[in-house]
Parts: sequence; C-alpha cells; structure tokens
Amino acid sequence: MDHSRPPDRQEGPRSITIALAGQPNVGKSTVFNMLTGLNQHVGNWPGKTVEHRSGTFVRDGRQVHLVDLPGTYSLTANSEEERLARDFIIRQQPDVTIVIVNAAALERNLYLVAELLALPTPLVVGLNMIDVAEQAGLEVEPHVLSAALGIPVIPLVASCNEGLAELVRVSVDLVDHPTSSRPNRPTIREAHRPVLEDLQARIAGHVPAPYPEDWVALKLLEGDTQITDIMRQAAPSAWQAVHAVLASHEDAYLDIAGGRYEWIGRMVRAGVVRPRAGVVSVTDRIDRVATHPVWGVLLLLGAFGLVFGLTYGVAMPIVDWLQVSVLAPIIAGSRLALAPWPPWSSGLIADGLLAGAGTVVAFLPILVIFFAVLALLEDIGYLARGAYVMDRLMHPMGLHGKSFLPLFLGFGCNVPAILGTRIVDNRRAQRLTVFLVPLVPCSARMAVVTFLAPAFFGQAAGLVLWILVLINVTVMAIAGVIINRLAFRGEHSAFIMEMPLYHLPNLRTIGLDVWQNTSAFLRKAGTVILLAAAVTWALSQGPGGNAGLSPLARLGRSLEPVGAWMGLGDWRLLAALLSSIVAKENTIATLGILYEHENPALGLAERVAQSLTPPAAVALLVVQMLFVPCVASLAVMRKEAGTGWMLLSIGLSLVTSLAAGALVYQIGRVIMAA
Amino acid sequence: MDGIPHSQGGLTPLGSVPAGARAVIREVRGGRGFTARVLALGFTPGAEVTVMQNFGRGPVLVEVRQSRVALGRWESIKIIVEQLPEG
Repeated sequence: MDHSRPPDRQEGPRSITIALAGQPNVGKSTVFNMLTGLNQHVGNWPGKTVEHRSGTFVRDGRQVHLVDLPGTYSLTANSEEERLARDFIIRQQPDVTIVIVNAAALERNLYLVAELLALPTPLVVGLNMIDVAEQAGLEVEPHVLSAALGIPVIPLVASCNEGLAELVRVSVDLVDHPTSSRPNRPTIREAHRPVLEDLQARIAGHVPAPYPEDWVALKLLEGDTQITDIMRQAAPSAWQAVHAVLASHEDAYLDIAGGRYEWIGRMVRAGVVRPRAGVVSVTDRIDRVATHPVWGVLLLLGAFGLVFGLTYGVAMPIVDWLQVSVLAPIIAGSRLALAPWPPWSSGLIADGLLAGAGTVVAFLPILVIFFAVLALLEDIGYLARGAYVMDRLMHPMGLHGKSFLPLFLGFGCNVPAILGTRIVDNRRAQRLTVFLVPLVPCSARMAVVTFLAPAFFGQAAGLVLWILVLINVTVMAIAGVIINRLAFRGEHSAFIMEMPLYHLPNLRTIGLDVWQNTSAFLRKAGTVILLAAAVTWALSQGPGGNAGLSPLARLGRSLEPVGAWMGLGDWRLLAALLSSIVAKENTIATLGILYEHENPALGLAERVAQSLTPPAAVALLVVQMLFVPCVASLAVMRKEAGTGWMLLSIGLSLVTSLAAGALVYQIGRVIMAA
Repeated sequence: MDGIPHSQGGLTPLGSVPAGARAVIREVRGGRGFTARVLALGFTPGAEVTVMQNFGRGPVLVEVRQSRVALGRWESIKIIVEQLPEG
C-alpha cells in the first residue's frame, strides 16, 4: 500500500487535484495531453511497474493538478492497474474525478462509471468520441444521460479540443459546489440486498480508516481478493461469521456484474437514440480482411513491408546526408579548431566523442520514422488486429497475441519495447516477452549490419539482411518454445483484448508518442553512448600512438582464441563487438576508431571487409545480431522481470551468438573448400 | 485443446458458434480472475453477442455490448451460449 504522492495542496486552498479515469481506448491520453501539454511528468507509481502520469495547468488563476489513472475496465482487484486506480481515489481523495467514456461503446464504458459511483468521490463524465459514435449511427443525448446518472455529462471530441474547457469548468464548479450533484448510484439486485446489509452490519466499525463501509461490503461479496485480505486482518473477531456468509453466496459476483449491466441498460435506454440494427460499419468491412487468418496475415506482412520500406527507404538517404554533409565537416572543423591544443584533446573530441556519438545521432532519422509509422498504425487501431492474427502463432511459445505488440516495437528500439510488455496482462507471459524482446533486432543492430553488409556482399547484401533477421526470429521462436516447456510447462495465459474501432489518426497523439520515444533515445545517446565513446577512445590509445599496444587491444587479444572459432581472430573486431554491449551502434564507432589509420582511400566498411573472408564476414554479422543486449535494455529488463531473467538473457545471448557465429563460419568454410 | 463440449440442450461454447451468428450468454466458466475480467467486459449471462470472425483454432472476434473483443480459443470455450436462430 503506498501513501506517497499526496495531492499537492501545499500551494494553498486554491489548488485542486483532479483524477482522470477511463477504460482503455477512450481517448483518455488525448484528454490528458490536451489539458497539460508538455507540463507533464511521466514516471512510475511508487514501487510499481505501472506508468504514472501527472501534470498541471492553470484555470482561472487556480492551479489544477491532474493525475492520469491507469486505464482499466473495472475497479476489482484483478490487476495492479485496477488496484492503483481505486487506491488513489480512496486514499488520496482527489477533489473531483473525471471519467472519460467512449460514446461509441457507451454500454461497456458505463461499467467503470458504475464502479466509480460506488466510491466517495465527486464524478464528472467526459463523453468522448461523439463524432465516432455519430459515424457509427449512434446518437447520445448528454443532457438526458446526465439527468439519468445524476452527475454532469460533458460531450467531447478530445482530438479536436472540443468540450475540454467546459469539462474543466464543470469539474472545478463541482469542487466549489459539491451538493449540486445527486448521483444515481447503482443498486444491487433484490435477491442479494439482505446479504449485503447483513455483511455491512457485521463489518461495521471494523473497516480501516479511508475505506467506505458500504463499498467494502460490496467488494467482499464480489470476492475481491485485496479487500478480503484487508478485512481478514482488520476484523479477526468478525471474520469467521463474515466468511461463512460469503461462502454461502459465492456466486454473488455474477449477479453484481449482471446487476450493474441492468442499471447500465436503464441509463442507455434513457440517453441513447439507438442505431438501426444491422448497419455494416467501416470497421466491419476492414476487419473482414484484417482479421482473416490468411488475408490478415498477408496484410500484416504488407504493413511490415511498409514500416521497413518507409523506415529504411526514407531514412537511409537522410542518414547518408547527415554523415557526409554534416558530421564529416564538423569533425574536420573541430580538428582544425583544436590544432593549437595538445594532440590528445583533438583525438578525444574529434575521433572519440564526435565520431562516436555523432554516428549514433545520425541514426536518429531511422528511429523517428519507425516510431512515427508504428504510432500511426497504433493510432488508427490497426495494431490490435496485428495482435489478433498473430495470436495463433504465439501460442507455441506460451504467449498470445498481446505479446506481439511489444515484440514488433522492438524492431525500433528494445528499451520502449521492454517497457511496452506491460500490456501483457499475465505476469509469467510478460516476463517471457521481456526476455524475448532483445532477440528482435533493433534499428541500431540493423543499422550496423546495414552499414557493413554492402561492403561484404555487394549486390547480395539485401538478401543477407533478410536472412539475418530470419535467423534472429527463428532463435527467438526456439528460445520461447523451450523456455515455455521448461520453466512454465506449457501453462496457459488468457487472451482477452478489445479491438477498437478504426478511426482517423490524430497528429498530436502520434507526434507526442514519437517525441517521447525519440527523446528517450537521445538522452541515452547524450549520456551513456557519449561516455562510452570517450572511454573506448581512451582505452584504444597505446604508447606512442600505437593502438596495437592499447588496453583495448590486450583485452581483444586475450579473446582471440574464442574469436578464432568464428573466423574473427582480429582483436579489433572482438573489441568492437564488446563495445556493442554499451550500445549496439558502438560497433561502428569502435571500428571507426580502430580502423582509422588503415587504407585511407577506402570507406570504413571496405576497410573492415578487406580483412575478412566471406564466412567470417557472415559470422561477424550473425554475432552482432544475436550478441548480449545493450546496457539500457539490460537495465529495463532487470526492472521489469528481475535480475534472474536479465542474467539468463546475458548468458543465453552470449552462448547462442557465439555458437551461431561458429556454426555459420565452419559451414561457410566447408562450402568454400568444396 | 481436446474435449470441446458440443451442443447440449441448445447450449454450446461460444467458440463453436460460426461467424455471422448471434447468441445469448448463459454461463461463464473458469476461475475467478478470468470470469471477473470477462464479466466487466460485458459477457454477463443474458447478454447478446455476435460472432464476427471464427476460424479453425485461432482466436474468436465477437461483438458484445457495442464493442469488439478478441478472445483466445480457450477463453471462447469457457463462455457457454445459446445460439439464436437466423434473422
């Protein structure tokens, strides 16, 4: 139980705290982003792996503190998110709670409203996506719905900033005049009313401080595990009797959920002009293809093609231009500017920091475009369909469709992908997904092999790249199947996922998403990678400018016997691979430093290619693709899945990468000899 | 994946209802965690569902209470329904 993050009332009586609740896919983040803009803080709930977002804005000279609660379908203790959302309302007592509902799926969305109405918090409903609902032929009358619910209902089109000012005005108004709303609270079915009253009487006086007695009684009857535990400890004397009552009404939870939907039915009949039955919506038409086991998979492959085609087709020319026309002159200029200073300063800054970090930053266009295309596919509602058609392919690994989304995100960058595994609702499946993400080649791994492959294989480079990706995906599938069999014995996890309606993309949502992912990468590039480039440069300095006598060379040489199995007997290649643990892009940066003084007439990739036989070149790329994940990935892995999984990942990636490298090299040698 | 119960007195698992057909939920089986989740999504006894997509051993796509929900094959077998006649 966390008591942290008190609502900031320290700024005087004029500041208020608003909690923002809502089910998934209702545009809650859009509302949050529109209201707080860039004045937001993104972190974790204390001690939890659930994202916590809060922000502030000023309305009529009043500071408003907005807390974005996790998106949940209900408020039963089924998941961490649900516990956090209700604990915040009960313990932190926000001045008012806004619940965003999707007008196009009003019935299901009102379930959360029914649960919130049972809590002691003033409630305002933001009826979002009324435009989408109208397109689907649904017409909602906010005034009538408001009268039926007994609380304010404000129509919104959050993506167009319509209705948000009114939403805030009404919410602040409710804080000042709390008696103005008379909520119509859902009641339990007649059959269970005496039991509920009996329970409430038995626990009266035993319920710990901030919890309302009537709510606790209801949750006990619903079989809520957290509340059951709390009451067992808080009221040991009354517990036996309470437990006996509960044991004889074990199926009451079915009736309670059913009763909520009956109440919802009454609200919907009042507030909604029903659509004509049998309307085939745009979503239905698209889904006939998008969720089909054959056409859906083909469409998904097409989407893959689009993502990678756009990413590399658009980004690569920009990357080339950045490297040749921007980075090279800057490095040359800095050498010139540093000429009056001792030679090591020019070496450190031009050859170390600028060459290393600059190359990394030049990968930025790849990331920006990848994240943008992915955010677009997610925003229009397509990615959920990708998860749907991939579901049956994920089962042999003990995973289901939801794990596909973070794995796909891994092609951009593993770090947000590992954080994204939080959408996998089963703890075991989530950990396995975390473990498998680093086997998805991120854009940095891909950039390294894309950079080297043309010099190694000429025209065949494209084919080699596809084979490399295929090897990674195959290793991932095999690892998943084995771990599922060994560690989880094929245990099953439930796949339940909402498929949102397709809708037009919102540029602000996509932009913010790209910005958050990209800035996270830039922070990494600005700190860890910069430092690593400087350290690598320093370690590669030998006496008298002889890199062959440097500490890095000694480390690389000590590993040469291992490298020799893979045809990588050159310490410089091993040093480059080792430095990729700091960041995958470092392979290129390190090679750049170590091959600096080789044949200046050739590009870096050609210089490396000269020293390798074809089998060794393939082995180098295979090892690069499967090698130990970068430190940033390892750090988030440890946070999300624990130290054990992180160590297992390091060990397994070390073994598989070296084994695969050796295998490829030895096979290649046999073929070459034949 | 075996032992899929077949039609018993008009009752059948949701997973065996063909695409395009409608059905009324009669029972939700399975553990408390699973039932609580699907109940919240609107799969309550008496609720009407329309099966949108149902192929082989893959997941099932249904419409329930105005929203579309994908259920894994296993999950779709835990929900017992009564199929409604065409039209």
